[in-house]
Amino acid sequence: MRKLLVFIPLVAFLGLGIFLFKGLFMDPRTLPSALIDKPFPEFSLPSLYNMDETLTQLDLQGEVALLNVWATWCPTCKEEHAQLNKIGLEEGVTIYGLNYKDDPELARQWLERYLDPYRKVIVDEEGYLGLDLGVYGAPETYIIDKKGIIRYRHVGEVNESVWLHLRELMQTIEKEDA
Amino acid sequence: MIRAILMLCMLSVVALKSHAGFETYEFSSVEGERRYAQLARELRCPTCQNQNISDSDAPLAADLRRELHRMIESQQTDDQILDFMITRYGDFVHYRPRIAPETYLLWYGPIVLMLIGLGVVLVVAKKRKPRQPAQSASSSTKATPSLSEGLTDDERKRLQSLLQQDDQK
Repeated sequence: MRKLLVFIPLVAFLGLGIFLFKGLFMDPRTLPSALIDKPFPEFSLPSLYNMDETLTQLDLQGEVALLNVWATWCPTCKEEHAQLNKIGLEEGVTIYGLNYKDDPELARQWLERYLDPYRKVIVDEEGYLGLDLGVYGAPETYIIDKKGIIRYRHVGEVNESVWLHLRELMQTIEKEDA
Repeated sequence: MIRAILMLCMLSVVALKSHAGFETYEFSSVEGERRYAQLARELRCPTCQNQNISDSDAPLAADLRRELHRMIESQQTDDQILDFMITRYGDFVHYRPRIAPETYLLWYGPIVLMLIGLGVVLVVAKKRKPRQPAQSASSSTKATPSLSEGLTDDERKRLQSLLQQDDQK
């Protein structure tokens, strides 16, 4: 028994080693969202298609949907746009857009040029809603359920493999709600 | 004359530099300004990790500074401001993490480790003590039983003389 005590430091070292080794492969840029399972923050912002129309958090309720934070100044948003077109236009999934700290005119031109997969687009020129959402880098994509609760957040590009994961999550959430 | 012009040029460069960096905010009180500086150092910029928001020139850090200024000017307490930031960006955003069940390990871990270490040192020291007096006593009178066990009388004598030899030195 006493002899085993000698191994305690070794075991502790190995434990720490495994813990730190795992850390090497973690992405320090992905932060956990503080808003998971919380209602979508309240807001009252213009719609990109009609700046006189005001959108609020109530406009995002009713179905399980994606909310994509994007901007014309964001290169990764351009990269993922084709994937969003596929999700929104071909698969018919509801995607809401949040045009984050952008010029609405440029945003409209962009959607004309690269097609528009969004059901509604919120204009957040000053970044207030982005701040309330805890956005720290576009693009970000959230899953919102029927009651307008944020269920998941993905930071970075949505590509095919990310989308497969998101779709699975959306289907599970849909079943839960039903 | 030339000297004066040169001087003016230099001054304008200095003036430009001080405006090129971050925005400046006006505060209604000195206390507010002090709190702004303090909190901007404690809040971490979520995009440019390992910089606080007073250091970072990222647009998000500028937004956070704007909010910070607004909240201080609207007489909100430090706790209210930190709550605001943490509900949006999580504990990550504060360089001085709050004390909560998730952070107990972080806050109290070192103390626990130190106590364990102290305990180990005490136990080891206690176990050693009885052995040392036994050894010193043996050298003056007899070899410890453990040393002389299983020895013949001749060997015992030899051991005794060797130990005494050691003492005389």
